[in-house]
Amino acid sequence: MTELAARLVLDGATKSFGAVAALGDGSITLYPGEAHALLGENGAGKSTLVKILGGVHHADSGSLTIDGEPMEFGGPADAQAAGVSIIYQEPSLFPDLSVAENIFIGRQPVGRGRRIDRGTMERESRAIFTRLGVQLDVSRLARGLSVADQQIVEIAKALSFNARVLVMDEPTAALTTVEVLRLFEVIKTLRAQGAAVLFISHRLEEVFVCCQRVTIMRDGRFVRTAPVEELTIDDIIRSMVGRDLDALFPKTETPAGEVVLEVERLTSDGTFHDISFTVRAGEIVALAGLVGAGRSEVARAIFGIDRRTSGSVRLGGRELRNGDARAAMAAGMALVPEDRRQQGLVMDLGIDQNVALGSLSQLSHLGLIFRASERKLANGWATTLQLKFGQLRNAVSTLSGGNQQKVVLAKWLARGPKLLIIDEPTRGIDVGTKAEVHRILDGLVADGMAVLMISSELPEVLGMADRVLVLREGRLTAELSRAEADEHSIMRAATGQNLVVSA
Amino acid sequence: MTAVLDKKPPEHGEPGRGSSERITALLRARELSIVLLIALVVLVTTINNPHFLDSNSIQQLLSGAALIALLGVGETLVIVTRNVDLSVGSVLGLSAYIVGDLFKYNHIPVWSGFVIGTLVGVVIGAVNGFIVTVMRVPSLVVTLGMLYVIRGIDGVIVSGDRIDPSFIPSTFTAVGYKNLFGVPWLAIIVAVVVIAVGFAMRSFRASRDLYAIGSNPDAAALAGVPIERRVFTAFVISGTLAGFAGALFLALHTTIDNSGGAGYELKVVAAVVVGGVAIFGGSGTVFGAALGAVLLNTINQALVASRIDAFWNDAIAGALLLAAIAFDRWLSLRVTRSLQSAERAHREL
Repeated sequence: MTELAARLVLDGATKSFGAVAALGDGSITLYPGEAHALLGENGAGKSTLVKILGGVHHADSGSLTIDGEPMEFGGPADAQAAGVSIIYQEPSLFPDLSVAENIFIGRQPVGRGRRIDRGTMERESRAIFTRLGVQLDVSRLARGLSVADQQIVEIAKALSFNARVLVMDEPTAALTTVEVLRLFEVIKTLRAQGAAVLFISHRLEEVFVCCQRVTIMRDGRFVRTAPVEELTIDDIIRSMVGRDLDALFPKTETPAGEVVLEVERLTSDGTFHDISFTVRAGEIVALAGLVGAGRSEVARAIFGIDRRTSGSVRLGGRELRNGDARAAMAAGMALVPEDRRQQGLVMDLGIDQNVALGSLSQLSHLGLIFRASERKLANGWATTLQLKFGQLRNAVSTLSGGNQQKVVLAKWLARGPKLLIIDEPTRGIDVGTKAEVHRILDGLVADGMAVLMISSELPEVLGMADRVLVLREGRLTAELSRAEADEHSIMRAATGQNLVVSA
Repeated sequence: MTAVLDKKPPEHGEPGRGSSERITALLRARELSIVLLIALVVLVTTINNPHFLDSNSIQQLLSGAALIALLGVGETLVIVTRNVDLSVGSVLGLSAYIVGDLFKYNHIPVWSGFVIGTLVGVVIGAVNGFIVTVMRVPSLVVTLGMLYVIRGIDGVIVSGDRIDPSFIPSTFTAVGYKNLFGVPWLAIIVAVVVIAVGFAMRSFRASRDLYAIGSNPDAAALAGVPIERRVFTAFVISGTLAGFAGALFLALHTTIDNSGGAGYELKVVAAVVVGGVAIFGGSGTVFGAALGAVLLNTINQALVASRIDAFWNDAIAGALLLAAIAFDRWLSLRVTRSLQSAERAHREL
């Protein structure tokens, strides 16, 4: 491969957002005809690197060359013109436009008088879907497409560019096994045509099946590039994590106490069915499963944000009313939502005010809230949680993701809950703060709190949970003890099949 | 879920298909249902008052609707991009006054009346577009501010002056009152604009970009759509049409003072939304907006013809607006539901 000229070379790219360095050394070399995996934990800088390749972000320093030509992308259009095509993690379609138009937006084939030639556009779209082996009505609106179909439209869009470099950021997350295999076939065809494919996936098995080389990143920096044959899964994980797994997941053994949460035959029509489990004091129970399996929905129904169709939820032996989140809070339940910016924090309010938000009735004197009492409360929690901040009255929006998460935690912990439901506790948090959040959780259960944790990160589930509940398509498919739980048992229960693993 | 399991798994991509066809049909039905509604109003009113169908009152109806429809064309372009232009009524007033003033004191040639009126709109539209796209101020605030700025300027330059019909050249006002086969020239001119722009909105890349921007701004940025340039253009076109509408307003009414066009902005937004343009952008047609304008004006005239108090007019327009928005909301909820069920069916594969 070395005698070939590199298709794309990104060397020493850096990118900071304010004080946060998202990328310290983004380097990658892609050759024509190869499928190249980019691996790293969440927050390792993969997405930032991808966005630099796609012209969305402008690197602060570093160089990018494509086929030996130095490149400066002023925007996504420049990257597309240079033959770099990107499939982003989140499908980004236009719901009000047709599937065909979604594929060709801005580049619709035109006929006489520069009028859009719908016939040609739909014919070419159909040709791409045929190549993908998928039947999809190209004239329908994108609105109402399932997530998997949206992803397929994204892939079709990328293929329509005849790109020299194709970047796929977790394209398989929402796809079924059959669709994934088909996608691998397409990647093979693209490679044969001389394209370079950069493939990002958390499923290491897939990497071994479809990629030739692997680049690993950690904490925003390039770690190593190696041919896939020279690596084992263990090597990869060690390079990705770069430290002792134990240090990252400091779970100490705590004896489980009495049952705090009892969920019995919980059902919400069309979303999840017949979910029963318990959480004991001093125990972390993880809800694992693929995106869309219904984990967050279960949590919302337990907390009473969404109504359940049938089944019961008991906290400390007392039945909770259906769809009454206030009662759940009063009974001692706390929910730290997945999307903290949208649902957990008031971004423009101060740290102190955000922390106090959940405890206003306790803080009020004659119906008035004094800033001083808010600050006193916040101060205590800031110390306990080792919050890094300038001043307590600064807006939460000025904090890093990890510290924002601590503020959300403080808000709920100030209420002294018996049960903490935490959805994706460390999503988008840098590795250092991640460990701190884990240590906080560990400390909470050591003090006798019950924790129900939803997490998409398997290492986190394996490292932190005493028990793992696996959901698949709205049903509980496995309950695994700490000893039984490993990547394979969880993924098997989450996907309902043995994954394709190369010999 | 068992019910779903019992069914034969649908083909790939099939789940949402039937619902999407129904939705497309509903959207088409929107334009059709407005036409039916207009017919109904006309029918009922004619039974009450046979004079309603006199050529005179029909001409009056069409001329009035034409001005709102013309503003509605530009407004549609702006709303489709998830913005709004509240300054159109003021622009119309200012343009009409400046043209009238130039006729009165400078005796400019007739053709230049239209050109100058239009240019006034171009300039204001460009200012709106610049502040929205370059300085990134929400369009609601920008154009609301512009509305008051222009009214203020009106107050200063008009200062109680008014342009009387005697100052306007008769060849200019002819556009306002002359007919072709019983159809006012004003309505014909606007119809040409509506058809031309409506056609362009379907057929050119740049206009499809407008829908893309309103449908999903983030995705539009990722797809390399030149968002700023497109939104700027939409505001300029809206201003341009409002300026042109100002000249037509003067030709129709032959008189103008500093309150000309006041309140039009809300009539226009109402007409556009009633006509099926989604207030949060991404969908809707110029034809729908024009029909919405005709509907609201027909109701207006029908109330007059039925000797119903004029204040009912606003109440009915408002009720229609609410009905239109409720309908859009209902539509999008339905779509969300069909998306969920389609996704579930898909997972059963």
